[in-house]
Amino acid sequence: MSEPLLEIRGLSKRFPIHSGLSRRVTGEVRAIDGVDLTIMRGETLGLVGESGCGKSTTGRAILRAIEPTEGEILFHDRAGTVDVAKLGRDELKRVRRRMQMVFQDPYASLNPRMNVEALIAEPLICLEHLTHRQRRDRVVELLELVGLNASYLLRYPHTFSGGQRQRIGIARALALEPDFVVCDEAVSALDVSVQAQVLNLLSDIQERLGTTYLFISHDLGVIEHQCDRVAVMYLGRIVEFAETEALLRTPKMPYVEALLSAVPEPDPHVRRERVAIRGEVADPANRPSGCPFHPRCPYAQEVCKSTVPALRQVEGASGAHLAACHFAEALSLRGVA
Amino acid sequence: MTPGPIISIRGLEVGALSRHGMLRPLRGIDLDLPHAATTGLVGESGCGKSMTARALLNITPSPMRITAGSITLDDGKTPPVDLAALDPDGAPMRAIRGRRLAMIFQEPMTAFSPVHTIGNQIAEMLLIHEKLDKRAARERSIEMLDLVGMPNARQRFDAHPFNLSGGMRQRAMIAMALACKPEVLVADEPTTALDVTIQAQILELLQRLQQELGMTVLLITHDLGVVARTTSRVAVMYLGQVVEETTTESLFDNPKHPYTQGLLGSVPRLGSRRGRRERLPAMRGSVPPALAELPGCAFHPRCPKAVAGLCDVVKPRMAEVAPGHRARCLLYPEVLAASAALEAA
Amino acid sequence: MSVDAKPMPATRELVHATPVESPLTLMWYKFRAHRLAVWSIWVIAALYLTAIFANWIAPFDPETRTGLPFSPPSWPTVMVDGAFVWPPVAFGVSQQLDRKTFKRVYAIDTTQRYPVQLFITGDRHSWFGLFPSDMHVIGVDKGGAFFLMGTDSLGRDVFSRMVYGSRISLSIGLVGVAISLVLGVILGGISGYFGGWVDLAVQRLIEIIQCFPSIPLWMALAAALPHDWTTIQVYFGITVILSLVGWTDLARVVRGRFLSLREEDFVMAARLAGASEARIIRKHLLPSFMSHIIASVTLSIPSMILAETALSFLGIGLTPPALSWGVLLQDAQNVNTLATAPWLLLPGALVIVTVLAFNFLGDGLRDAADPFSRESFK
Ligand SMILES: Nc1ncnc2c1ncn2[C@@H]1O[C@H](COP(=O)(O)OP(=O)(O)OP(=O)(O)O)[C@@H](O)[C@H]1O
Ligand SMILES: Nc1ncnc2c1ncn2[C@@H]1O[C@H](COP(=O)(O)OP(=O)(O)O)[C@@H](O)[C@H]1O
Ligand code: SF4
Ligand code: SF4
Ligand SMILES: [Mg+2]
Ligand SMILES: [Mg+2]
Repeated sequence: MSEPLLEIRGLSKRFPIHSGLSRRVTGEVRAIDGVDLTIMRGETLGLVGESGCGKSTTGRAILRAIEPTEGEILFHDRAGTVDVAKLGRDELKRVRRRMQMVFQDPYASLNPRMNVEALIAEPLICLEHLTHRQRRDRVVELLELVGLNASYLLRYPHTFSGGQRQRIGIARALALEPDFVVCDEAVSALDVSVQAQVLNLLSDIQERLGTTYLFISHDLGVIEHQCDRVAVMYLGRIVEFAETEALLRTPKMPYVEALLSAVPEPDPHVRRERVAIRGEVADPANRPSGCPFHPRCPYAQEVCKSTVPALRQVEGASGAHLAACHFAEALSLRGVA
Repeated sequence: MTPGPIISIRGLEVGALSRHGMLRPLRGIDLDLPHAATTGLVGESGCGKSMTARALLNITPSPMRITAGSITLDDGKTPPVDLAALDPDGAPMRAIRGRRLAMIFQEPMTAFSPVHTIGNQIAEMLLIHEKLDKRAARERSIEMLDLVGMPNARQRFDAHPFNLSGGMRQRAMIAMALACKPEVLVADEPTTALDVTIQAQILELLQRLQQELGMTVLLITHDLGVVARTTSRVAVMYLGQVVEETTTESLFDNPKHPYTQGLLGSVPRLGSRRGRRERLPAMRGSVPPALAELPGCAFHPRCPKAVAGLCDVVKPRMAEVAPGHRARCLLYPEVLAASAALEAA
Repeated sequence: MSVDAKPMPATRELVHATPVESPLTLMWYKFRAHRLAVWSIWVIAALYLTAIFANWIAPFDPETRTGLPFSPPSWPTVMVDGAFVWPPVAFGVSQQLDRKTFKRVYAIDTTQRYPVQLFITGDRHSWFGLFPSDMHVIGVDKGGAFFLMGTDSLGRDVFSRMVYGSRISLSIGLVGVAISLVLGVILGGISGYFGGWVDLAVQRLIEIIQCFPSIPLWMALAAALPHDWTTIQVYFGITVILSLVGWTDLARVVRGRFLSLREEDFVMAARLAGASEARIIRKHLLPSFMSHIIASVTLSIPSMILAETALSFLGIGLTPPALSWGVLLQDAQNVNTLATAPWLLLPGALVIVTVLAFNFLGDGLRDAADPFSRESFK
């Protein structure tokens, strides 16, 4: 692996909770709470976790699409290193062209009142100085890159299928040739057939342009196929972080084991034995003390209720393998075969 | 051991005229639901899975109407009824719906009224269909909530839908659907909106209840993992028709239809150890809209095995291509023979 | 169905013959599905044309006294003594006093026939002071009973008065809504865009205004208008009063749309594409809620028309010699008068038709405002 592109340190985002008629702030949700991540240039880093654990918030905070409450986002550009979290308006505009995002919902992320040309040209209009001619050529080039063509230019989003819309979203994100793209559940709304097309497209683009992806998904099959390394989130924190192979074969954190065992295998002869975990999806407004997973963890001990386990290198693991569990070394957890 | 199928659908068509032409979401569905078993219905988005479910309960959204075909409900004890022939709003259909046939939806929020407690909504069903008194209905509702694994069922009786998490709401919805002990349960993507860990809990629950109550279940999903895990038979749909139908094992071991092969091939399977840089074998294109009128096999524009001059001309019929394994593809001589006979007629 | 399967760089994409329509076309389709709304357009257009060209359309000057008070509606006919006549004719009338009841009775004199004429010469009039003329689109010669909606206590033609009255009644809604729109969009926009304490302040103001029952509020404000104002001044005074109360709903709609649109993914996408706030408002927010605003505006016109009618009816809005439907209805306040001349209620029917037409149109527009709601159920 090459040098790091992004180093994220202690990234947090707290949303105020309003209640009552006066909408006074009565508390806060810690959507993400001290996230540390290093993203290497040219890699695909997977981010998994249950709904509400803070995956989208992390992706959006890195791009400053929402303002992070605290933390550093060090971006190593060719020109030098900047802390994205501290940039002013104009400097932010300059980094914007280097960092983009593909959204989950291909229906909501394209303005229904703009045609394809206007949609894809928007970043070019805002951040580049091109003649009308050059701009149109670039849009056509982008359409072709994502497997569409110039005959679509004047059509409106509602006349496309979900997969085609997602391609338009990708073309738009790639318009400025960014170094870094956050794919927030970019294939979750698609059928397996179309999902495969879009995954292949993302890989092709990476090969051609050397793009770095933060690939957010809750589908572990997709993650395994697409990502070099994976970070698992639980209640706003990274709880395990390793190379894909290592994380899937030898998980070191009980939540990850449970997650892996819950994935239904598309093969009627294989019945994965499920590690039952109790309870419902965790609620970030109601964070348990100690290890955030302890109320559901089948291996929880007394210490888990009081002491928060730090994210640390697991001793004896081959290569870099971080986990946040007091018993990461002691437990022998089951991964996928 | 089983009598005949409890539901048999024959030549079911649903359609409506729109300003762009005739919309035909269902184009001749043939499907049997064997008694006390779970049948899966899979296919891409827009191929008509939900419409089949709704037609089965005779709740097609207006202006969609059942235009042809029959849906026979026959439990071997009472005389068979053709649901397609009943008036959707008539008393006989309403008596069957909820009581003998029940449905659970993808988004449980839409099935509940937000202003009433979930307990009262379940009890309401019992009051209407089972003619229980209020006390008994309340007790039965709590029993049902308990049965679906709702923690603290007695207190949760008074909870409003928005007070519950997604998984609990889905449990409450299952409790409501099962309140009158229906013979057939149609589950339209019951776990798509849930996280994998919760999905696993709900699927286990459904399986347990299906066995305990001896229910017939039609499980609609686009997740092939869910199908493999929970069903005994599967039907694959494409553009308003069933294109392949067999036992779950046979389908996964030996998919016959190129569409099924394409679907199975394009799933990134966890633990497949497929190399990171390897391309997924993706099917091209996507499902045509319900307006589309294609000559020959509906799948031919996307089919990698399509034979020019055959597949774009002859409409394939469903035929048995291996024991207990039916498919709708002209590559199989049985299908070709049946279809040619039809063309000739 | 044509399926083009050109090979393309990344994958092969199949283009299905999905209908290619612009958002405007979709809106029109959705609007057209509302039969009543489409009919309402015609009704409203006819009303406004009548108001604009009132002086030519009305057969009489609204103040002309025909000398036939409380004459019932009398329509020209094409059948006289079982024979067909063309053009239709109006008859002469003679007036007698019934000696027992002291009521006026009108006797139709079928021997006097006045053929209906187009472009006939009659009372002098002008179009808002311009184009003086004595031509009327339709009418009969002097002496014929051509009172489509009867006459009032002074013998003035009610139909002509309604035609002239529509000028004020119909325009007060438009002007009032225009003022509320400006107020609503500015205050609602500020409130939704800036949020925080500005939002809170505007919201409180709206709540306070909405707390007052509107009729007493109007009455209080209208009573405060100086008595020596001219008709024109009163007209604008009333309009401003109506819009001061009416902007709150629009402000709420604007604020609500603003808030919900700001959360949309496509607005965040635009921000990530480097779009400035000004561009986001201009290109993304405004076009997305313009159609909603138009629908809300249409729906709030009827309440303005009703308010003017109510105020004038109660005698605290416009007063004669100003002419509006409300003013005309003042004549229908007396039960005795109504018993002799029930046709004096006809301006009320016109108010109802107008209000309904605007409501149907607004409903149709509201539906069309969101043409992208996916028709298929999920
Ligand atoms: N009310 C409607 N009006 C017009 N077309 C409709 C309507 N409902 C469904 N359709 C069309 O009928 C076809 C089948 O729809 P259906 O909802 O059954 O698909 P599905 O297989 O359940 O898809 P998904 O996996 O997305 O739920 C689609 O092409 C859809 O667009
Ligand atoms: N704009 C917001 N206002 C308040 N809370 C929010 C907002 N966005 C996200 N949250 C909360 O933050 C937590 C994490 O959300 P999110 O990052 O969207 O999760 P994920 O993408 O993993 O499903 C959730 O509890 C969510 O309710
Ligand atoms: S720290 Fe304790 S509770 Fe947390 S995951 Fe490890 S064993 Fe379970
Ligand atoms: S009939 Fe032809 S086009 Fe259709 S699935 Fe079979 S091979 Fe493909
Ligand atoms: Mg998310
Ligand atoms: Mg569906």
